[in-house]
Amino acid sequence: MMNENNTTTVGSDSQAFSEAVCEARPAHISGVAISDEVVLETRDVNVYYGDHHALHDTSLAFHKGEITALIGPSGCGKSTFLRSLNLMNREIRGCRVEGQIVYRDHDINTRRENLYELRKSIGMVFQQPNPFRKSIRENITFAPKRHGLTDRAALDRLVEESLRGAALWDEVKDKLDESAYALSGGQQQRLCIARTLALNPDVILFDEPCSALDPISTLAIEDLMNQIAQERAIVIVTHNMEQAARVSNRTAFFYMGDMVEYGETDQIFQRPNDARLNDYLTGMFS
Amino acid sequence: MADKNDGAQAARIRRSMRADRIATAVLAAIVGVVMLIVVSMVAYILFQGVGQLVKPGFLTEAARSNGTAGGVAYQLFDSFYLLVITLVISVPISLGGAVYLVEYAPDGPVTRIASTAIETLSSLPSIVVGMFGFLMFSVNFGWGYSLISGAIALTMFNIPILVRVIQQALEDVPSSQRDACLAMGLTRWETTVHVLIPAAMPAIVTGVVLSAGRVFGEAAALLFTSGMSSPARLNFLSLNFASPTCAWNIFRPGESLAVHIYKIYGEGSPEAQSIVWGTAALLMICVLLFNVLSRVAGKAIAKRMTAE
Repeated sequence: MMNENNTTTVGSDSQAFSEAVCEARPAHISGVAISDEVVLETRDVNVYYGDHHALHDTSLAFHKGEITALIGPSGCGKSTFLRSLNLMNREIRGCRVEGQIVYRDHDINTRRENLYELRKSIGMVFQQPNPFRKSIRENITFAPKRHGLTDRAALDRLVEESLRGAALWDEVKDKLDESAYALSGGQQQRLCIARTLALNPDVILFDEPCSALDPISTLAIEDLMNQIAQERAIVIVTHNMEQAARVSNRTAFFYMGDMVEYGETDQIFQRPNDARLNDYLTGMFS
Repeated sequence: MADKNDGAQAARIRRSMRADRIATAVLAAIVGVVMLIVVSMVAYILFQGVGQLVKPGFLTEAARSNGTAGGVAYQLFDSFYLLVITLVISVPISLGGAVYLVEYAPDGPVTRIASTAIETLSSLPSIVVGMFGFLMFSVNFGWGYSLISGAIALTMFNIPILVRVIQQALEDVPSSQRDACLAMGLTRWETTVHVLIPAAMPAIVTGVVLSAGRVFGEAAALLFTSGMSSPARLNFLSLNFASPTCAWNIFRPGESLAVHIYKIYGEGSPEAQSIVWGTAALLMICVLLFNVLSRVAGKAIAKRMTAE
C-alpha cells in the first residue's frame, strides 16, 4: 500500500528524535511486524460526509497480536477511517462509507451486516472517558446482560476478569457498586477498556485514548494496550508521535484524506519515504 | 503631549466605568421591579384569601348554592384528577415524540414539518383548543362535559411543551454516552431506554412538574370541555365507574379551581367574593408548590444518579 509517487528517500532529520523514542520503548514491543494473521482489512475504502469526500481509497490490514497506529495532522481522515472499521460512521447523518471492510474473510460493509453482533467483536474506546452514569459493576455488566448473559456468578466472574484485564481490579474491588463517576479520569478510561474487554472483542479501536489524560495515566493505558494486544488486533489513532513510536508495531500516516505511507513503525519513524511524512515528523506542520 | 493623551485616556476610562455603573443600576432596578411585582401580587392574594382559606371546611366541604357558599373540596380534587389524567396521556406521547425526533428522525422535511407543527400547537390560544375539544370530544364523540374531554384538551397544549422539554433534555446528554452504547453493539432502542432516558431523567422530571403547574392553573380550555360544575355530591368510595357520582368516573363533568374562580367571580355577594379570593390563594399556593417540587425532585434524582 506504499505510495509510489513519493519523492526522495529523506536523509532523515527525524532520525535523532525517532531513535530516542524507539530506545525508550518497553522491551516487548518491537516496532516491527510480528504477525501475519490478518484479522481486519480494508480495501479501497472511501468515506463521504454529504458531498465532502473525507477519505480516499484506503487499503490497510490489521494483524492479530499487533498494534497499528494511525497518525497525521488534524482533519487528515484518520479518525474517520477508524470510525469506519466498526461502522460507527453509519450513526452519523449524511455519512457514507464505500469499499470493502473485511473482517475474518467476510465483507462487513453491507446493508445486511448485523451491526449489533459485529460491534461485539470490534470494540471501541473513545477520546474522552465515557463511562455510563451507573456503578462500576454495571458499567461492565450492562452490555453483556443486554447481549443475553444473565447468570449471576458468570457476571461476577466477568466483572473481575475484565477489571483485572484492564489493571483496575485492585483499585476498585472494594467499591464495585459506587458510581463510575467517582473514579479519576485515568481510572475511568481503564474502566471503559474493561467494559470493552468484557465482550471479548477480536479488534479494539482506540480513538486518541490518552489525549484527556495526564502522563502517568497515559503510560498505564499504553502498558495495558500492550498486554491486551497479545490476543487481538489493536488500532490506535493518536496525535502523540512519541506514543505511536512507543506502542505500535506498524504505523500508517494519513494526510488530507489520503493514506500516504504505511509500514513497520521503525521504518516509518526512522526512514520515512514520503516528504510529507518527513515534514510531519520533523514538526514542519502539525 | 503625553499628559494630554493620558488625560484623554483617563477620561475615557471614567466614562466607561460610569456607563458600567449606570447599566448595573438599571439592570438591578429592572430585576427589582419584577421581584416587587411578584412579591406584592403573591402577598396581596394571600392577604385577601388566607382568611377564607383557613376557614374550617373550606378545603374539605363541597360547594353549596352554585359555589357561592361552602368549600372547594371537589374543585381541588377535580383539578388534581384532571392533572393526573392529562399527564398519564401526555407524558408517554411526548416522550415517544421527543425520542423519535432526537434519536431516530432523519434530517429532512418530515422532521421540519413535525417541529413546526409542535411549535404551532404550542402557540394556539387555549380558548381555541377548548372550542376544538368541545366540538370534537364533547359533541362529536358524545362525551359531553367530561373530565376526559378536558384532559385531552389540556393534553393538546401540554404536549408541545413537554416534547420541547424532553427533546432538550435528551440533546443535553453527551453524545459520548450514545457512542459508548452503540460501539458495544447495543441497538438505538436499548441505548435510549437504558442510558439516554435515565441520564435525561432529572431534566425530564423538572419539565414535567413545571408543565403540571401550568396545566393545573388552566381555565379557558376547560370551560367548554370538562364544564363549569362538579357534581353536587361525589362518592370517593364508589368503584362503579359509570355512575355520575363516582369521583373516579372520567366521563362525569368536573370543575377545576381556575374555572371555579371564573364562574363565581361575577357573583356579587361578599361571601362569594371571599370564596374567590380563597380559591385564588389556594390555586397560587399549589402552582408555587409545583415549581418548588420540580426543582427539588430534579435535584434529588440527579443526586441519586450521580452520587451512589
